[in-house]
Amino acid sequence: MNLAAAILVDGLIDASWLFIVAVGLTLVFGVLNILNFAHGSLYAVGAYAAASAAGWYYGGQIGPAFFGYFVMLGAALLVAVAIGPLLERGVLRLFYRRDEVVLVLVTYALFLILEDATKLIWGVDPYYAYEPYGLLGNVSLFGLSYVGYDFALIALALVTGLLLWLGLNRTITGKVILAVIHDRDVSGAMGVNVNRVFVLAFTFGVFLAALGGAFTAPKISVQPGISISVILLSFAVVVIGGLGSVEGAAIAALIVGLARSAAIHLMPSAELFIVYLVMALVLALRPEGLFQRTTLRKI
Amino acid sequence: MGARLGTLAAALAAFAALALLGRMLPNWLVLVATLAFAKGLVALGLVVLMRGGLVSFGQGIFFCTGAYAAGLAMRSLGLSDAVLLVALGGVAALVLGLIIAPLLAGYRGIFFATLTLALSMIAYGILDKTYSLGGSDGINLHAPSFLGYRPPSSQAVSYALFVLTSLTTVVAAALCRIHFDSLRGLLSLAARDNEIRVEYLGASVRRVSGVNFAIAALLGGVGGALSALSLGHIDPDFTFWTTSGEFVFLAILSGYASVAAVFFASLIVELVRSFSSQYFPNTWQGALGIFLLLVILFLPQGLGSLVQRRRRASAKPVRVAEPVPAESGQ
Repeated sequence: MNLAAAILVDGLIDASWLFIVAVGLTLVFGVLNILNFAHGSLYAVGAYAAASAAGWYYGGQIGPAFFGYFVMLGAALLVAVAIGPLLERGVLRLFYRRDEVVLVLVTYALFLILEDATKLIWGVDPYYAYEPYGLLGNVSLFGLSYVGYDFALIALALVTGLLLWLGLNRTITGKVILAVIHDRDVSGAMGVNVNRVFVLAFTFGVFLAALGGAFTAPKISVQPGISISVILLSFAVVVIGGLGSVEGAAIAALIVGLARSAAIHLMPSAELFIVYLVMALVLALRPEGLFQRTTLRKI
Repeated sequence: MGARLGTLAAALAAFAALALLGRMLPNWLVLVATLAFAKGLVALGLVVLMRGGLVSFGQGIFFCTGAYAAGLAMRSLGLSDAVLLVALGGVAALVLGLIIAPLLAGYRGIFFATLTLALSMIAYGILDKTYSLGGSDGINLHAPSFLGYRPPSSQAVSYALFVLTSLTTVVAAALCRIHFDSLRGLLSLAARDNEIRVEYLGASVRRVSGVNFAIAALLGGVGGALSALSLGHIDPDFTFWTTSGEFVFLAILSGYASVAAVFFASLIVELVRSFSSQYFPNTWQGALGIFLLLVILFLPQGLGSLVQRRRRASAKPVRVAEPVPAESGQ
C-alpha cells in the first residue's frame, strides 16, 4: 500500500515537469512539423538561466523570498523571447520545404551548437539553486514525507495544461493556431499569416521547455548533460501521446512518469529501458500514438 | 555489364591504392582511417535505406549487434580470426534485422525513425544493465589473427585490420553501386518519390524496403565488428542514440549520389573529431553542428552531389530529369 502510494506520488511529480516540457515539443511539431531535438537544450538553457537568476536574487537578498518564483518565471520568459524568434526566423525558416527527417537533423545540429554555447556561457561546473526548493516546507502524505515544492510543480503543470487548452480552444489566436496545425496551406489561403503563427508557436514551445527547466532547476544540479535525458524522455512522451496532440502529451506524461517511478521503486536498473519499452509497445499497437487523428494521404 | 566491370576495376584499384597508402601513413592515421571506414560502412547501409525514403535513427542497434557478436565470440568461444568474427558480426546483425523487419514494415517517415530509435535505446538499456556482458563498462578485446597470420606487433595488427577494413569497404561500396544501378535499386528511388505509383506499376514497395533494410543491417553489423576489433573495446554506447545520430549525420553529409562520398565524409568527420576533441574539447561539437547546417542548406543532396555535378557537366548532353520533390502535404 505504502509502496503503491509512493509510486503514484513520485510518478505524478515526475509527470508534471515532463508534461510541461513535452507539451512544448508536441506543440512545435503540430504547428511547424518539426520534431525538435534541440528542445532538451532549451530546457537546459532555461534551467541555467533560472539557476543564475535565483542565485542572483537570493544571493543579494533583493526582495521577499516568494518573489523568487517570479524571477524564475521571468528567466524562462526571457530565454523564450531571446532564443525563440532567433532560431525560427534565423535558422529553421530556411529549411521548411525539406523532408521531416532532414528537419530532425537540422535541430540535431542546433542541439550540438546549443550544448556548446551553454558550456561557453555557464562553464562546465554545476549550478545549484536550492533556496526555492525548501521554501514551501514539507508535506506528509501516506506516512511519507514529501517536499512541498514538488506539489507546487504538479499545480504548475495543471495550470499550464489548462491555460494551454483554453488558449488553443477559446481564443482567436488559439483557433488560428489549430487551423494551421490542421492544414497549413489552406489556412494560408484563407488569409492566416502562417509565418507569424510559426514564430509564435515556436517561441511558445521554447518558453514551455525553458519553464520546465526553470522550475526543475531547484530540484537538480544544473550541469552539462541534463538536456540529453530530458530530450529522450520528452521524445518518448510525445511519440506515445501522438505527435502534435496536447491531450496525448498529458496522458503520455502520466504513463511515462508512473512507469518510471514504478521502475525506480521496483527495479531501478530498468528506468530508461521501461520508457522505451512502453514507447515501442504503444507504437506497435497504435503506429501513430495514442491520440493521433487520422490524416488524409495526399497523392 | 561494362559499367559493372568498370565499378569492380575501380574498386580493385582503390583497394590497391589504400593498401599501399596504409604502409606509408603513420600508425595513428591508419587507426583513424580504419575506424572511419568501419563507421562509413554503417552509414553506407543508411544511405541504402535513405534512397528508399526511410531513415533509421537507431542504426546503432546493428552496429552494436555486430560488435557484441564479434566480441562475445572472441571472449566465450575463443575465436580470434578477424575475417570470421567480422562475418559473424554481419550475420548476427542480419538475423536481428530479419527478426525486427516485420515489426517495422508498416512505418514511414518520422515514425520509422522514432521506432528504430526506441528499439536501439531498449537494446542500450538492456546491455547497460546486463553485467554478464560487461554492463556499462563493456568488454575489452585482444588482438585478432588474420587467416592464420598472427601480426607480430600492435602496429602490424592495426595495418592488417586496416587492409581488411579497406577490402570490406571497397567490396561493399562496389556491390552497393551495382545494387543502386540495378532495377531494384532504381525502384527504391521511385518508392521514395511515391509509393502508391510504384505499387500501381506492379512492384512491391514492401519487398524493396525489406531488401534495403536487410542490406543496411548487414552493413551495420560488419561495420560494428570492424570497429570493435579496431577499438579493442565494446560497450553499450555502440547503440546509444548519439552513435545512431552520427550515422545519420554521415549519411546526410554524403548524400546518395556517390558511394565513395560516404567514406570521404566519414574520414573527414573522424579526422576533425580526433583533432578538435583534443584541441577544442568544448566547442568542436558546436562547430560540427554549424558545418552540418551549412551542408544541409547549401548541398541538399550531400557532398556526393559535387562529384555528380562535375560528372554531369562533362558528360554528353543527355538531360536527366531531376526528380521533382514531392509536395509537402501538411
